[in-house]
Amino acid sequence: MTETILIEDVGDFAVATHGLTKRFHQQVAVNDVDLLVPRGAVYGFLGPNGSGKTTTIRMLLGLIRPTAGHHRLLGRAMPDYAGDVLPLVGSLVEGPAFHPYLSARANLVRLDSVDRHADPRTTRVRVDGALDRVGLLAAADKKYRAYSLGMRQRLAIAGTLLAPRELLVLDEPTNGLDPQGTREVRHLIGSLADDGATVLVSSHLLSEVEQVCTHIGVMHVGRLLTQGPIAQVRAVGERRARVVTDRPHDAARVLRGLGLTDVTVESGLAIGTLGTMAAEKVVVALVQDGVPVTGFAVERPSLEDLFVSLTGEGFNVSG
Amino acid sequence: MSAADLSPGLNTGPSNGPNNGSLTSTAARPLRHVSTRFLRSELRLIFGRRRNQAGMGILAVVPLMIAITVKVSTPRPGRGPDFFAAITSNGLFVALAALSIELALFLPLAVGAISGDSVAGEANIGTLRYLLTVPVRRTRLLAVKFAAVTIFSLVATMWVSLVGAVAGLALFGGGQMTMLSGTQISMGSAVLRVVMATLYLGVCFASLGAIGLFISTLTEQPIAATIAVVVINVMSFILDSIPQLSWLHEWLPTHWWMSFGDVLRDPIAWGDLTRGLLTAAGYMLVFWLAAWARFSDKDVTG
Repeated sequence: MTETILIEDVGDFAVATHGLTKRFHQQVAVNDVDLLVPRGAVYGFLGPNGSGKTTTIRMLLGLIRPTAGHHRLLGRAMPDYAGDVLPLVGSLVEGPAFHPYLSARANLVRLDSVDRHADPRTTRVRVDGALDRVGLLAAADKKYRAYSLGMRQRLAIAGTLLAPRELLVLDEPTNGLDPQGTREVRHLIGSLADDGATVLVSSHLLSEVEQVCTHIGVMHVGRLLTQGPIAQVRAVGERRARVVTDRPHDAARVLRGLGLTDVTVESGLAIGTLGTMAAEKVVVALVQDGVPVTGFAVERPSLEDLFVSLTGEGFNVSG
Repeated sequence: MSAADLSPGLNTGPSNGPNNGSLTSTAARPLRHVSTRFLRSELRLIFGRRRNQAGMGILAVVPLMIAITVKVSTPRPGRGPDFFAAITSNGLFVALAALSIELALFLPLAVGAISGDSVAGEANIGTLRYLLTVPVRRTRLLAVKFAAVTIFSLVATMWVSLVGAVAGLALFGGGQMTMLSGTQISMGSAVLRVVMATLYLGVCFASLGAIGLFISTLTEQPIAATIAVVVINVMSFILDSIPQLSWLHEWLPTHWWMSFGDVLRDPIAWGDLTRGLLTAAGYMLVFWLAAWARFSDKDVTG
């Protein structure tokens, strides 16, 4: 599924890595990863804790040096063009981090004041705008120390919004948020994407990002197992036809006759793997054979199921 | 994205603020080649922090203590350090006496705390990764951090001097100052000499700060870096007092510090002062480069 694309031809990708590898002493944290995030995508970077997502993101941003491989952000080689590219990249890496004894506003002003692209005359407006966008304006003068984990997470997101961005790299942005906060972050990601930004969002909780993503990539034990448009990744999983009928054995016979595999019979139910067969043909065949169909459904595996089939163990912590 | 809109949740509607709109390029946000914002931000962090303000308070206690104890006790000329004996003749000597006391531990400790915290402190709380992704180039980060440490060294030293001078002049008055060589100079010249001595020591402490900056790139524990600086400072004083190691003395970071008294000779004895400044400059250069070599391609995982 991961196509090999020459790294030179990747202008259309906001993120393109080639053979990205990071070894810490003996342990390979990230192994030969070819990550491709098309411009404009909301890319869900999924995988259990410890699967190498954060290490990959640290390499993308130039915080750590890859052991092997290279990568581009917004079409420019990193880390050589970090000074040109990173001002257009907002990032949240491994949780929020601010000065505890400064207020939220003072922390954002601090971040803005080290940015040589930032106009000091508009700092106040941009800082308050970012705080407003994450719902923290009312708590702007509270010390960071007094912030809850959810507020800290929002403040870190606000930090990425101080300047117009073409790419947002959000590492576990919903960590520590309650369901309502998680929903809000999802909406925010959607609105950022609507503004034209590419979003790379990592999570170890599938359900949290699944709904907003156009693309996903799945990491497991340092490897990128699969990536692509979400529909395409899902299609890899086998579709199964599920026939509800009071004559399941007759239905099963028809399914086998059509070439469906793994046909099973339960009470009032016949199930078979469709393969490339069009679902509507199955219904026609059943009706022609006089099998009374009271219900018919095509089941796609959930991404969760897909994970289990890809990783063999699902969403547990990788060792 | 109205700043006045105090909506409780995340404002997810289409925004009209600067974050909105189509893709932008860095051309829309031109690079400011010369900017002191980062340095000013550093200084605000250092001098705005309660812990550091408390430290400055402690630094001020010594000159106050000296001035008051000398005032209430009967002066006994010929005993104690030179500057102490002279305090009653000119209050400015309180500043010099305070510096001579604090240069052994208090001022190095203050510089150690600030320099040890410079990089390790940011790494410890994780803000380092956010500085680097702004982006701040690593060389610039080290340059600004060192500039801030140097300014702190000078300010802390001047603070001790200032408190000493004010307290001394208030309790003992000013007037002509008798030099160590016996001649007298005017009050104006005396103030200038004290300022020179203070700046000299400030530069000396900044060289210790360079060592601290380097150590600060080795660890993510600011306290560990601070302790290491103090240990190096104390070790240097100890080695300096062992006669068998006399060949080493002139290379020790602290060896020329006490030479600050040479500005009180008439004329000023520049020999040791020059050696002291060169030694300080050497330590700054070597340890800043060491910090750079260490930090420029270090993996930032904290």
